This record gives sequence, C-alpha cells and structure tokens, in this order.
Amino acid sequence: MKSDIKLINSEGKRLDGRGPEDLRKIKIESGVLHRADGSCYLEWGGNKVLVAVYGPREAVPRHCQNPLRAIVQARYNMAAFSVEDRKRPGPDRRSVEISKVISEALERVILTEQFPRATVDVNIEVLDAEAGTRCAGLTAAGVALVDAGIPMRDIPVACAAGKINGQVVLDLGKEEDNLGEADLPVAISPRTGEVLLLQMDGHLTAEEFNKAFDLAVKGCHIVSDLQKTAIMHKYQSVVAAEVQE
Amino acid sequence: MANEGRRIVIPSQVIGETPAMKAGRGTFVENGKIYAERLGIVSIQGNFIHVIPLKGRYDPVVGDFVIGVVEEASTSNWMVDINAPYPALLHVNEVPWEIDFADTEKYLNTGDAILAKVLSVDESKKLQITLNDRNLFKIKGGHIIEVESSVVPRIIGKKGSMIELIKKYTRCRIFVGQNGRIWIDGDAEGIEKVLQAINKIENEAITFGLTDRIEELLKKDAKDVR
Repeated sequence: MKSDIKLINSEGKRLDGRGPEDLRKIKIESGVLHRADGSCYLEWGGNKVLVAVYGPREAVPRHCQNPLRAIVQARYNMAAFSVEDRKRPGPDRRSVEISKVISEALERVILTEQFPRATVDVNIEVLDAEAGTRCAGLTAAGVALVDAGIPMRDIPVACAAGKINGQVVLDLGKEEDNLGEADLPVAISPRTGEVLLLQMDGHLTAEEFNKAFDLAVKGCHIVSDLQKTAIMHKYQSVVAAEVQE
Repeated sequence: MANEGRRIVIPSQVIGETPAMKAGRGTFVENGKIYAERLGIVSIQGNFIHVIPLKGRYDPVVGDFVIGVVEEASTSNWMVDINAPYPALLHVNEVPWEIDFADTEKYLNTGDAILAKVLSVDESKKLQITLNDRNLFKIKGGHIIEVESSVVPRIIGKKGSMIELIKKYTRCRIFVGQNGRIWIDGDAEGIEKVLQAINKIENEAITFGLTDRIEELLKKDAKDVR
C-alpha cells in the first residue's frame, strides 16, 4: 500500500474535509416510482441509488417457492455509467454476491411467514457509485419495503467503517476505499442491534475490528433516524395539511 | 388535536405494552411490547390495538366481493387475478352456467373481468372464488380502475354514504371491489366525474370531513341530480 498519500491531514481532516467520525451527506426520498409497489431514491455522498420493490407476489418458477414462507429476491445492479470507466452491463461475480448478501439480510427482517409460496422482489439500481454502494442499496431497500407496505420486524440499515492511514474512520469515500487499508460494511436491525450483514475487505487487528464495528453501528443508528424521518415526511404531509385547515 | 386518532406509524415503532393492551392486526409482540409491523394508522378498538395498513397488497378475506381478471382458462377451472399475492381458482362448479368438459373458454376467456366473491382461503393461502351468489356476474363494458386497497373503506364511506353520494351526482353504475378495483359504467361525462372524485378520495384518504368536500366537488358542476 502506498504510504506517501495522505488520506488524513495533520489537522485530522479527511480528503473531503470530514472528521474521522463524520458521515457523508445523505438524502432519502420514498415513493418516487408509480409502477412499483414501493420505491426509494437515496443519495449518499456521491452514490445515487434507486430501489423498486414488487410484491409479495407468487414466486415463479414454481420450484423456487417455499411452501412455508416468502422468499426475498434482491437484485443489485450497477448502471454502465455508474463508474468512471464504463462498466460492462449485466450481472458479474461482484453483483451476484452483493445481491445474495442483501437478500439474506432483508429476509431476516421481513415477516416472510405471512406469505407462503410468494416472493418479494427488490431491485437495487446503482446510478452513480462512490464507495459504499451496498450499504446505500440496503438502506434504500429498507425504506422502499416500508413504502410497499410489507410487514417487517424492523427497518434494516447499513453503514461502513474502515481504516485509512492507520486510523479507524466512519463511512469511507472513493479514494479512502481504494487506497485505505480496510473496509467494513455492517448492516443491523436498529431496534434489536442484530447484525444482518457483515463483510470485511482488507486487514484489521482484533482491537481495530471492534473499534470499527462499534463505529459502523453508531453510523447505522444515525442513518436509521434519517430513514424514519424520510418515511414520516412522505406520509405526515397529508396529516399536516389537515391540521392547518 | 385533529390527528390524534390518525397517528401514522412505521414498522418497529412501539405502540403499546401487552398486559394493558392486546396486539391486533398489523402488530407483533416482543418482550412485552407491541410493535407496528407495517406502515399504517393506529386504531384502538376496546382493548385491541391495530395497525390499519396505508399501502400494500390486498389481503383476501372469505366473503369479500372482488373484481377479478381471468388470466388462464383450463379444462375445469379458471385462474383469476384478484390483485392478491396469489392467483385465485374459479372452478366450473362455482359458476352459474352449465359447462361441458373443456368448454370453459366459451364462457370466460383470458382478459375477461368478473365480479366474484372469495369462497375460501386456506393456510397455505390457496384462494378460491365463486360466481354463485346474488349480484355476481361477468362484467361487460364500463371502466375498471385500480386504487390502493387500503382506501376502499373510504371510497365506500360509512354505511355506503360516500359511494351513494357519488352515484347520486354522476348517474353511473359503480361497484367497488374489496381488492381495490372499481368498476364504473355510465356516460363519458359521468365517468370523468367519478374518476375525479375517487382521485380526490385517494389523495386525501387519511383526512377528516372528506364526504362533505367530495359533495362540494360533485355539486359544483352537477346539473341534474337524481
């Protein structure tokens, strides 16, 4: 790893001027698509993610149905124009893996036993990528599922922590992800603190891991509040108009 | 406060505690606390606390009147889409016509709309519907529109007050299926008015005093009231 690149300056500020425990700017809007049952548009720093949820509906082909509960089929896809060099369209090894881990994370919070033989389809489209797209995608998926009126135990939320220049920091940006030492995306169920997704790229000591994990969970709770405000904002507006009358 | 009775909740929000309250529809219990499991409005009936969904698929209940669209005709049954998570089965014994074996397509074919009743829902959510009841028929002509199934009670109104109101001012035949499909038949002008009214109801579903505002809207350009 190149050590001559300074990801943190002498004042403790990162490349984009953030402190070590600051998140990038997040904007969440729910219910943006009319044809989907539920949807969400999310901007997280330079990431732009659009999520559409369909279902619950009967799963096809028949052999993939579960007679006792619904299955969750998330599809993570990066647009060809989402990265600097054109990305070859279509599923690749990376997006198949992310689709799988996100599906499994969502399966833990959706009350799947209410819909035997059915499927909940979650389409995650990454329009613009700048590190941390799986966290952004999962966070947006949580909001879109609520918007679709799907019964859930909790609203899932994700956030990453990592290590750059030997220091543990929250929510890595693009350069920090490429040149840093480690990246640790974490998804939790904020009500119970259960871990829904945990991956790690790079190396961390046990002590650093614990520190990074705690930091990521802290970030998750901040993002969770933003999610809830976004949903409430969308549906509260009607009630607010009523009160003024 | 006006919105006291119309509190919006999101999944994982605490809405009560178990010994004092009982968990009703749309809720779940964990460690003595009652949580909302979906986006909706809190409704307290006696001891029970329910969450009435704001959005989501139609959940079929036995005895509901629904509007279905035939998806497939087989030799002894039809598969009908009733806007639920699963297609519904309509068996030849459940229609008012005498049907010879494999003659199903002559009576109902793909794309035909029917007004049906939910006959049964089993534990694996297999649905059956029937046409053997009063006022059930194959729909010919008119328009079918779809709304969120959660606003159906608002469109019907208290004891059918809202729907009677719309019928009175527009001279249309209207049938509201519990699954969120609405069939409207009448002249073009009337249908246009019904659509306007339903659109307004859908947008303002969670507000009070809606019936009066709809009456105002309909009265504005009503010439001949029946």
